[in-house]
Amino acid sequence: MARKLLLNNVHIEGIHNYDVYRKNGGYAAVEKALKTMSPEDVVEEVKKSGLRGRGGAGFPTGMKWSFLAKPEGVPRHLLCNADESEPGTFKDRYLMEKIPHLLIEGMILSSFALGANQSYIYIRGEYMFVLRIVEKAIAEAYANGWLGKNILGTGYDLDLSIMPGAGAYICGEETALIESLEGKRGNPRMKPPFPAIQGLWQRPTVVNNVETITAVVPIVNEGGDEYAKIGIGRSTGTKLISASGNVNKPGVYEIELGLSVEEFIYSDQYLGGMKNGKRLKACVPGGSSVPILPHYLVCKTANGEDRLMSYESLADGGFQTGSMLGSGGFIVFDEDQCIVRNTWNFARFYHHESCGQCSPCREGTGWMEKVLHRLEEGHGTIADIDLLWDIQRKIEGNTICPLGDAAAWPVAAAIRHFREEFEWHVNQPKESQIRNYGLVADKSFQTENA
Amino acid sequence: MENNQRIELPQHLLDEVQRVISLFPEGKQKSALLRVLHIAQAHFGWLSVDVMDYVARLLHIQPIEVYEVATFYSMYDTQQVGKVKLEVCRTGPCMIEGAENIVNYIEKKLGIKDGETTADGIFTLKTVECLGACGYAPMLQAGEKFHEHLTEEKVDALIEAYRSNPVANYMGENQNG
Ligand SMILES: Cc1cc2nc3c(=O)[nH]c(=O)nc-3n(C[C@H](O)[C@H](O)[C@H](O)COP(=O)(O)O)c2cc1C
Ligand code: SF4
Ligand code: FES
Repeated sequence: MARKLLLNNVHIEGIHNYDVYRKNGGYAAVEKALKTMSPEDVVEEVKKSGLRGRGGAGFPTGMKWSFLAKPEGVPRHLLCNADESEPGTFKDRYLMEKIPHLLIEGMILSSFALGANQSYIYIRGEYMFVLRIVEKAIAEAYANGWLGKNILGTGYDLDLSIMPGAGAYICGEETALIESLEGKRGNPRMKPPFPAIQGLWQRPTVVNNVETITAVVPIVNEGGDEYAKIGIGRSTGTKLISASGNVNKPGVYEIELGLSVEEFIYSDQYLGGMKNGKRLKACVPGGSSVPILPHYLVCKTANGEDRLMSYESLADGGFQTGSMLGSGGFIVFDEDQCIVRNTWNFARFYHHESCGQCSPCREGTGWMEKVLHRLEEGHGTIADIDLLWDIQRKIEGNTICPLGDAAAWPVAAAIRHFREEFEWHVNQPKESQIRNYGLVADKSFQTENA
Repeated sequence: MENNQRIELPQHLLDEVQRVISLFPEGKQKSALLRVLHIAQAHFGWLSVDVMDYVARLLHIQPIEVYEVATFYSMYDTQQVGKVKLEVCRTGPCMIEGAENIVNYIEKKLGIKDGETTADGIFTLKTVECLGACGYAPMLQAGEKFHEHLTEEKVDALIEAYRSNPVANYMGENQNG
């Protein structure tokens, strides 16, 4: 049986309530840390655990924490990123809805480790019903002495509250999140300065994802070394995967990193296979921003090895034949889905969500959406496919924030792996409007020699 | 000015605004803006210039600072909308599970297109981007509520329910407002 560290108690009746959470071992990690550990000890355990950011980039959390500037007399802040707007991702919502005290406990531990006395959770505005659950849990934590002044008589003070966004994907980018929390438009800032030096109100700030922060609870409870034993290589611990698309059992799953993709998709313990007995056509394993994989590269890498649910294995082959773990938004497409249509749909999303500050992103995303729509409707040309390729290349790496890259990668990967399906839309415009292309040919032998 | 005098939140919401402001350090009350705009929009229905000016006064900031924010974020309505906004997710994972059929069905049922409001002023239909319910697709949001695993029957039922009680979609401090 696979180990669970975050969702192990999620099925206990009433676990969202303080009393039930506490009775089931809740807040033990806070007692341990505040009474027996120094902030540096907590940072050390997180470093040993090998925990990597669960928000998408996978940056080592302990290292990120050690970059936080600590000028004398200047408050510093921990912000929890609960913006969760990457299409395909809904795990943070699940955590906060089901077991909100786990996040609060993680926030106390992480704030203590960073020496922060005022921390905030920034949640997307559409999750207002989740905000209310978390806010109620925060009030319970205050009432029971886990937040506020002189927690557990240790002299440590912490105030925690939760604030909503209002419908802007870009506010998940950490500097845009900070702007938004200052009550402004969510325009990403130029870096440097990095938030670790000048973040919220120009003060040193750490931004971490919900899941990253909750993972600190088992790390403190069991020790960083124990945590690091789970997983594979530099992908330590467990990961929440949000699974959607044409599978039998979509939903949120906690997996041990290193699980095989094949087992994840086909075993009854996880997704239970493809819905209606259809064939797998493609998979976007880490949220809409990561490269799409064609069927023959989902369960195997280009070298013919088993593809695993880990940062390294999902990226194996680079952008030629791999993808990324990203936020863990695992979207599965069956043979009846149209890749051109889905690529257009995602391009429209990025165009809609571009904040408009940099012209390659603002113009490029709009242009890609238009060209893709043309192709999808059977009005495109072969030159359009090359044009798309050029546009995405001009965006990538030429923008203030990574949204530009996030918009470019899915288009690049779709053309790379599904070019014949794009060409079919051009060459068979009528037919492409009444049926779908089906699976693309297995090119694994060609890629191996390329 | 005369017009502005009608615009006033009831006491329990003014208390809530003060509570939200108190969550930030002295002088950083602007940070409360997004939350206060949500409260104002839920109460007044949409964010008219008068409402935005009122929010600016509540937070001691310039009206332009409020306009900038209200027009940036997609959840804020700076034009009048129906009492119930039906926001159907149209992004990839929902699309491949049938979101387009749901949109078409609602369009036909209510006789409006994406972005329009019914003549009785009750429903506005809007397609929106991923709402974090991809595994429970297709879905729509109405006020603060998520309706997931949508079918035509479910859409019928929820439209009936909201028609008879348009504020059933709020659950927080605004539910009496
Ligand atoms: C356009 C864009 C959207 C993002 N959205 C989110 C998000 O919704 N949630 C999140 O945790 N990180 C998001 N990120 C990543 C954050 O910028 C940041 O790296 C992350 O919150 C760091 O936390 P972690 O180290 O714990 O992963 C986004 C980044 C970009 C560029
Ligand atoms: S890359 Fe796009 S979203 Fe990011 S700052 Fe530039 S315009 Fe805004
Ligand atoms: S794609 Fe519709 S909720 Fe995510």
